Amino acid sequence: MSHDHDHHHHHDHDHSELSETELRVRALETILTEKGYVEPAALDAIIQAYETRIGPHNGARVVAKAWTDPAFKTALLEDGSKAIGTLGHVSRVGDHLVVVENTPQRHNMVVCTLCSCYPWEMLGLPPVWYKAAPYRSRAVKDPRGVLADFGVTLPKDIEIRVWDSTAETRFLVLPMRPRGTEGWSEEQLAELVTRDSMIGTGFPKAPGAPS
Amino acid sequence: MNGVHDMGGMDGFGKVKPEPNEPMFHADWESRVLAMVRAMGAAGAFNIDTSRFYRETLPPHVYLSSSYYKKWFLGLEEMLIEKGYLTREEVAAGHAMQAPKALKHGKFDLANVERVMVRGKFARPAPAPAKFKIGDRVRAKNIHPATHTRLPRYVRGHVGVVELNHGCHVFPDSAAMELGENPQWLYTVVFEGRDLWGEDGDPTLKVSIDAFEPYLDPA
Repeated sequence: MSHDHDHHHHHDHDHSELSETELRVRALETILTEKGYVEPAALDAIIQAYETRIGPHNGARVVAKAWTDPAFKTALLEDGSKAIGTLGHVSRVGDHLVVVENTPQRHNMVVCTLCSCYPWEMLGLPPVWYKAAPYRSRAVKDPRGVLADFGVTLPKDIEIRVWDSTAETRFLVLPMRPRGTEGWSEEQLAELVTRDSMIGTGFPKAPGAPS
Repeated sequence: MNGVHDMGGMDGFGKVKPEPNEPMFHADWESRVLAMVRAMGAAGAFNIDTSRFYRETLPPHVYLSSSYYKKWFLGLEEMLIEKGYLTREEVAAGHAMQAPKALKHGKFDLANVERVMVRGKFARPAPAPAKFKIGDRVRAKNIHPATHTRLPRYVRGHVGVVELNHGCHVFPDSAAMELGENPQWLYTVVFEGRDLWGEDGDPTLKVSIDAFEPYLDPA
């Protein structure tokens, strides 16, 4: 459904929904500008801010710090927003971030079945699959099947905890630190932290794996 | 409302297909839609719950066959028309034809950009003590409001356990309908997978939602 559909229309420049949508979007922006509601340069600035300031690198720094600093990790699991607020370089995360820890006994996975709630400040804008029907419908019922779509297999008896983001709280998964990284710096460790590992649909990269 | 947006537990949508090296936007218009939604929201034309409700009320076939930002666009256009910020004639003409309606926070210009880059605050002072404490068993109410709600269908009628208390937050069911913030206690409530999906469900699964107090009864 929507995922395939999405793919089709952005390669389809000569006719149909894309160009019609493009025209309608331009018309709306023209009207909002002419009526004095928005300044186009301010829209440009919003887009630029999203393109440059947010992204999984923010979450990766938080995870890497938690892997190397036990006091920070404790504070992070106690109150995610407050702990991240102490890191000046990470973008402002709001008041309602909850960090959930993967352990050998429990694997966490985050979804928003009702729309697309996602920790933007930590991970950037969500990928299409996160917002599309296959993930939203199945994550809460068949998470192991969903993980198989990502090529991820978990031990049979590990607990899977799915967090459905139904309010303004946001969830970030703290993945387990990969083996073989003893003595690594925060910067080195941050390179191993993938976006999907912080959603719970993947693992961090193994040390020495191709990036 | 019991709309197609409430997808938890539905079958038939197929596999999840991650896109390698996915770009942030798949077309320029998507970024313009995102920016317009953020700007008009920050200018006070609507709140986040109202904007969600307008996407949910798209006809089911439109919701299911539209890309993500197309839904955002369709919801935005309809919402701005219904709230009186523009007219269908203007949309058809592609130009302003009538005087603007005043925006609560004024024109969205460059000086306002930083505001949208900080997440909104949704916690509010508590109007009453919390009814539930961590560890309490609660039943998600069997309710079917025709308007906006954040209680997904797949938990209604089921018993779970209160795991976290997030304090009092703006109540989306009220805010979406512009009936005020009506703050309510918000809890993480965790359900056993087999309670939700039956004997064939994954025995290792637990699912939580964040539930506002009016969604819950003691169990």
